[in-house]
Amino acid sequence: MAGFGSFLEVLISGLLAGVLYSLVALGYVLIYKASGVFNYSQGAMVLLAGLALVRALGFFESQGIPYAAALVLALLFAAAVMALTAWIIERFILGPLVNQNELTLFMSTIGAAFILEGVAQMAFGSEVYPLRMFPKDAWILGEAYFPGGILINKLDIWGGVIAAVLVAAIALFFQRTKTGRALRAVADDHLAAQSVGIPISWIWFVVWFAAGLVALAAASVWGTKLGVQFSITFLALKALPVLIIGGFTSVPGAIAGGLIVGAGEKLAEIYLGALIGGGIEYWFAYVLALSVLMVRPQGLFGERLIERI
Amino acid sequence: MISKAMGLALAALGGLAAAAPAMAQNEQFIPILSYRTGAYAVNGIPWANASADYYNLLNERDGGINGVKIAFEECETGYATDKGVECYERLKGKGPTGAAFFSPLSTGITFALTDKTLADKIPIITMGYGRADSKNGAVFAWNFPYLGTYWTAADIAVQHVAKEMGGEANLKGKKIALVYHDSPYGKEPIPTLEILSKKLGFELMQVPVTHPGVEQKSQWLLIRQSKPDYVLLWGWGVMNSTAIQEAAAVAFPRDKIIGVWWSGAEPDVVPAGAQAIGYKSLMLQHGAGEYAVHADLKKFVYAKGKGLAKEDFSQVLYNRGLVNAMLGAEGIRAAQKKYGNKPLTGEQIRWGLENLELSEARIKELGFEGMLKPVKITCADHEGARTGRVQQWDGKAWKEISDWYTARQEITEPLVADISAKYAAEKKITPRDCSKES
Amino acid sequence: MFYREAGQFKTSYAADMAIFPIRQDRIAMLLLLAFAFAGVPLLAAFHVPPFNSEYLLRAIILPFLILSLAAIGVNVLIGYCGQVSLGSGAFMAIGAYSAYKFNTGIPGLWLPPLPTLASILLGGLMASIAGIVFGIPSLRIKGLYLSVATLAAQFFFDWLFLRVKWFTNYAPSGSVSAPELSFFGLTVASPVEKYLLALTFVCVFALGAKNLARGNLGRQWMAIRDMDIAAELIGIRPLAAKLSAFAVSSFIIGVAGALWAFVYLGSWEPLAFNIDRSLQLLFMVIIGGLGTILGSFLGAAFILLLPIALSQLPAAVGLKISTATITHLEFIIFGSLICFLLIKEPLGFARLWQIGKEKLRLWPFPY
Repeated sequence: MAGFGSFLEVLISGLLAGVLYSLVALGYVLIYKASGVFNYSQGAMVLLAGLALVRALGFFESQGIPYAAALVLALLFAAAVMALTAWIIERFILGPLVNQNELTLFMSTIGAAFILEGVAQMAFGSEVYPLRMFPKDAWILGEAYFPGGILINKLDIWGGVIAAVLVAAIALFFQRTKTGRALRAVADDHLAAQSVGIPISWIWFVVWFAAGLVALAAASVWGTKLGVQFSITFLALKALPVLIIGGFTSVPGAIAGGLIVGAGEKLAEIYLGALIGGGIEYWFAYVLALSVLMVRPQGLFGERLIERI
Repeated sequence: MISKAMGLALAALGGLAAAAPAMAQNEQFIPILSYRTGAYAVNGIPWANASADYYNLLNERDGGINGVKIAFEECETGYATDKGVECYERLKGKGPTGAAFFSPLSTGITFALTDKTLADKIPIITMGYGRADSKNGAVFAWNFPYLGTYWTAADIAVQHVAKEMGGEANLKGKKIALVYHDSPYGKEPIPTLEILSKKLGFELMQVPVTHPGVEQKSQWLLIRQSKPDYVLLWGWGVMNSTAIQEAAAVAFPRDKIIGVWWSGAEPDVVPAGAQAIGYKSLMLQHGAGEYAVHADLKKFVYAKGKGLAKEDFSQVLYNRGLVNAMLGAEGIRAAQKKYGNKPLTGEQIRWGLENLELSEARIKELGFEGMLKPVKITCADHEGARTGRVQQWDGKAWKEISDWYTARQEITEPLVADISAKYAAEKKITPRDCSKES
Repeated sequence: MFYREAGQFKTSYAADMAIFPIRQDRIAMLLLLAFAFAGVPLLAAFHVPPFNSEYLLRAIILPFLILSLAAIGVNVLIGYCGQVSLGSGAFMAIGAYSAYKFNTGIPGLWLPPLPTLASILLGGLMASIAGIVFGIPSLRIKGLYLSVATLAAQFFFDWLFLRVKWFTNYAPSGSVSAPELSFFGLTVASPVEKYLLALTFVCVFALGAKNLARGNLGRQWMAIRDMDIAAELIGIRPLAAKLSAFAVSSFIIGVAGALWAFVYLGSWEPLAFNIDRSLQLLFMVIIGGLGTILGSFLGAAFILLLPIALSQLPAAVGLKISTATITHLEFIIFGSLICFLLIKEPLGFARLWQIGKEKLRLWPFPY
């Protein structure tokens, strides 16, 4: 059954690739859930986090600090950069725009994306910087059962582990902490939350910082995969269908969406692509998302839309 | 109603255009279309550095070309066609005689400029890229795909694969996959490969990768499952390094991958680290490393702090930028022989580019010995040379591993004639009679 | 002082509902049109700076006009009907490739090569049909979720024009180049001719869109935009209103796409109409002002011209900065200006303009 073996291989690789998309999508979910903003700049934040990480790592290593310590320092540095970014975005862009409509807020994050891309590349360079945080080789499993075995990439597994940790942490944060509950209140209604005394600017800073950390996690995995460079911002486009299938407001939805998109597009590329010409995975993911929306207009796990007059 | 805002904007732009620094009269203006930002910056930066460095070298060492100083200006295209067109329009009229020639380093921009340069009478040098059929100078009077087109590259790559497999006869029944950038650039080699596949009996498998190529898992799973005997890689930018890493991830042997000369530079292999060891690529004649011209660059440009390159100095794409700039400058020199030592128009330089001839001795004199073999451009042949070698990455440096291959004209020539004739008919161009050109 | 409407009495409903109810506006508009149609070509013919440079006409005004046209199309959909679309680039591509096919003839359908004007309009029609098809999900999906439906169109058509060789007449590279532009026997080749061509298209479509938006259809769109359920309750059929918005918008965008390909680029590949183009058009209508025709022009001017101006500024004032730094600075300044503008005036340039006009009516004696 060579056919089944390769089907399984594509399926597994697709699921794992999907988890890597989820890593990027999680950042969107966090911000949308807590502030109702569709954050276009998430891709740029991944770039900024990645560049800060890899450049700091290079710097600390060149100072003769051992790799493990340098890595910790670099991660701390990148986290600090993301905290600063969150503060600046909240203070100067989103703060003044409280209570504007969705499209205006979306547009302002596009402005933020331009700024972040410019600043990141100006401060840290626009070349390609290799990052080696995780192993990149592959296991070949089940060679006894399938000719050639089933190939599983170690980096993908790492991505899955990181995604699981992130989801658990986010879930705990939203459900168990006071800040988490305040976050959900702000998401419901900016003004109402402010009127009961929730400090909206602090909440927004926290959530943007959390999204920055998610971006850092995504950057460490994708940076290992591709090398840290400008093209990493294109991942935003791969994360969008994931977000939509799962629903903008659901953390588990981002993971489920990732799995569906990943498996769906890889299977389509290999089996359908052979019939109608390759390169279909980009639009296939969106068509998949579209068909899910036709059934559930709020995504699989999104909050139900209630329309009132 | 729009008048005020528009008027202000236009006045501002007009003012900008007018306020450009006044050019001296005895200067030849050469525009540099480059990309130092965006998805392809990694490959664009060394090229742009080399172009500027070489023109600086000519100014500092020789006082220009035969006493005519070179003025140059960079314009950032970001590899986007519309920005490239804007840059072209911005720079084409600069300097006392207008732009000497354009080198956009982008197949898309080349296609867009091909019609415009015809009307504006400015030559366009596309060394190793661009339209493959523009080799036919009778139709494409203004295009100069010096040193090799994609069709040349495709033939050389297949020749090398055949040699590794022990002769062309052994290609019969084999499977060769073309992993290509899904754009005009990546699609150009397909006609030649299809001809070769028919002639030699190998199966051609086409695997497109969507721009910019950050996600190639399914493409390489496909390759793992259909087990081609060789992979030709036609990528640019991040697509190359990603391809090599994905190949490693599916355990496809890297020494069975051969990249085109645009997939064979340091930024393509360095991010992949040890995974890239064994990967091969074509060479557009030259490779990496320092030659006589680099010593001059250090002495006349870098010593004065005017050099732009850092670690990319002497890398593959930097050297390619040098060769490109040198060929353009030599074209100007050739034109000066006919029209005099003064700033020339694009039309005059076109003549020089078409009658460019570099002998072994002249190449040595220029400091490019070892980077380039003799070149002779004619009206019928705007390519001038069809040779290439293969290099292999050993983890630290590129090593030449093959002898010189020469693309077979009998394979590419019918295609050139056919496609360029179609273009001429479409654009109502009467091909020049090359026997009457001088 | 000059902008007073005292003494201008309206004696009919028609006069009250005119596009430009104030006489000064009418005069200004006529002057502007006269300048655009006659003044610019004359100035160019007599080499009066800055109109003597081809650069201004070919690389600034021409793309500005064509993208304004596309922005008007996007504004019909997003601004008037409230349906967020990120697929505008795809509809431009459909316009461009269909026009190319019609213009070079389709032997399979016994169609001879059609004249340029017919091709461009048919290109718009094809885009319109595609717009209706991809607009159908809008009946069920709303807001940001809808943008994904249009993104599906974006990526699907990007792929289609790359993969299906029929659309590019089997060009080996998949890049096509526009045939000669001729209108009723006149060849359009020089920058001034191209400029006049684009200007004519823009004026005709801007007027048409303005009138549609003021009419019954436009009011239906706006009702849907403001609250679709309420609109449905007062008897507006969402199906007809939404799909007509998609059809009209895609038609205009398709025509703009054909012009972009034929008149501005001359030779193109699908990358010319990718997602970046869609986003650029979205920026234009948001920054310019949603639901205003004027905003489409102002937004196009801002989004298109600002980066060009920024990239030339350092050279113009004699600063030597590498192009990479300039581009990064350009990004930063551009992004900052977008944010600044949104904070100062979330409704865009058109709103600023309106405020300016209100102030001007009282100036210099604000009492």
